[in-house]
Amino acid sequence: MKLHQVSVFLENKPGQLAGPCRALADAGIDILTLSLADTQQFGILRLLVQDWQKAHSVLQSAGCVVNVTEVLALDVPDKPGGLAYVLDILETAKVGIEYMYAFTANARGEHAAIIFRFEDNDLAIDALKQKGIPILGPVELFARLLR
Amino acid sequence: MNEYPSPFHPASAADYLPLTQLRQLQLQRLQAAVTRSYEYVPLFRERMRERELTPAAVAGLTDIAKLPFTCKNDLRDTYPFGLFASPMDEIIRLHASSGTTGKPIVVAYTQQDIDIWSQVMVRSFAACGLHRGDIIQNAYGYGLFTGGLGAHYGAEALGATVIPASGGNTERQIMILNDFAVTAICCTPSYFLHLIERAVELNLKPRHLRVGVFGAEPWTDAMRQRIESIAGIQAFDIYGLSEITGPGVGIECPYHRGLHIFEDHFYPEIIHPDTCEVLPDGVEGELVLTTLSKQAMPMIRYRTRDMSLLYAEPCPCGRTIRRIRRINRRSDDMFIIRGVNVFPSQIESALLQVDGALPHYAIILTRDKGLDEMEIRIEVSSDVISDKVRAVEQLRTRLSHAIEHTIGIRSRVTLVGPRTLARSEGKLNRVQDLREG
Repeated sequence: MKLHQVSVFLENKPGQLAGPCRALADAGIDILTLSLADTQQFGILRLLVQDWQKAHSVLQSAGCVVNVTEVLALDVPDKPGGLAYVLDILETAKVGIEYMYAFTANARGEHAAIIFRFEDNDLAIDALKQKGIPILGPVELFARLLR
Repeated sequence: MNEYPSPFHPASAADYLPLTQLRQLQLQRLQAAVTRSYEYVPLFRERMRERELTPAAVAGLTDIAKLPFTCKNDLRDTYPFGLFASPMDEIIRLHASSGTTGKPIVVAYTQQDIDIWSQVMVRSFAACGLHRGDIIQNAYGYGLFTGGLGAHYGAEALGATVIPASGGNTERQIMILNDFAVTAICCTPSYFLHLIERAVELNLKPRHLRVGVFGAEPWTDAMRQRIESIAGIQAFDIYGLSEITGPGVGIECPYHRGLHIFEDHFYPEIIHPDTCEVLPDGVEGELVLTTLSKQAMPMIRYRTRDMSLLYAEPCPCGRTIRRIRRINRRSDDMFIIRGVNVFPSQIESALLQVDGALPHYAIILTRDKGLDEMEIRIEVSSDVISDKVRAVEQLRTRLSHAIEHTIGIRSRVTLVGPRTLARSEGKLNRVQDLREG
């Protein structure tokens, strides 16, 4: 149920973001969602794609500094308090969140998918399962694209 | 089982000359070299006359201290052919430095010079345990730079199989290393590290590679450890400079206790870089080299700007030729920032203490409102980078602290992508001083 996220280190200078995006485009890889963490000194681009292995090798060949990490996609009710409810569960279980971003592709319907990177993914899974919060695996998540 | 597992190349015999004969040979050759320079090189004759000296002044080896020095500027001032001691019809090869600062310097070789250069390269390879049957990939740049052709001729004369890969095109280098079952490689240590890191990334670590002969830039023991542990090879430091002949002036033996200088052809001295007095064995100073047998362009007391010292004690390998300490800094590499003397090698050791994975760096010096600023740009790889901002920030902080702890000065650490720092002939340009006034 964990997702593989591809992340790319970017220097803080013009053209840095275009390079990896172009490499993925040339390989015909569609970026499903992304988030960019930026500081004054550098940035980290995080990507979700369907074929993460291919994206990893394409980016590596393009000379990028690439890492693959596991993240979780949580199914959150798309209504006021939906995210807060999930965050409360995590807080009670003392699970730290490194970062999170929305899975934006085809974001229609009653549920939103939010991508989480936890300090401890397994701890998070336990806490969420106990409270019945659905965790989306790659199959379920990518199936939403077809809807 | 063979009693002698590794063949002994006859050329190596000169490494083991009894000291009495070695010194006598050096004196004879020194006298001939001084006479030749005095005869054919106007600049040298002029300087001898200023000191009221003739070649007859060299009665013993210690008399070398009376002779005038030659420095890099002399080669620039007499550009292109002013220091040649052979007529052009006896000169069969010219090489030149890259000339990143002003005019390049030009060096010349007669047939005998090329032969002797090949011989010292044979002795260098042999000291690294290479022999007939080895397959040597020569990834030094071929061209005006002496590294490429120097290693090439030496490897051929050794009887090994040479692959003239030249520099660059890392992926092709990796393919050749694997497909041609290469057993040894020659290149700069920083390029090899890049090469092997890439090979590991591609899951194509060369399986037959046993020896690396690395030179043309100063490197530290920490860098050697990193290279040896990643590549699973023995890394040897080779020393040379175009002005003297090119690579093959000195080489490490398997004991790695400094570099043996082929002093039957290149006579070493250590001097104080400011007072120019000759220093005793074991004391650090600037390495000065005199070519004892070069014809086309003899160098008398050439100031290398490389900082080292001479070891007096004999090496366990049995070679009688003396050793110099590995060169990890040059007297002109040193820079002064906020009144503190700093060598790039100090920065390198600091970086290698952190995760042992960050040897590709450049130092940029600027001045802002009269205050010196130092920026260290470091190439990073997937091994040290994470998807978390906090982890990358922590890495920067650790690096910055390690540098401050080593040299006592704060610097700005910038992380940059792999292979983005400027390189020339495979060498990283370590220091860029952009301070004005």
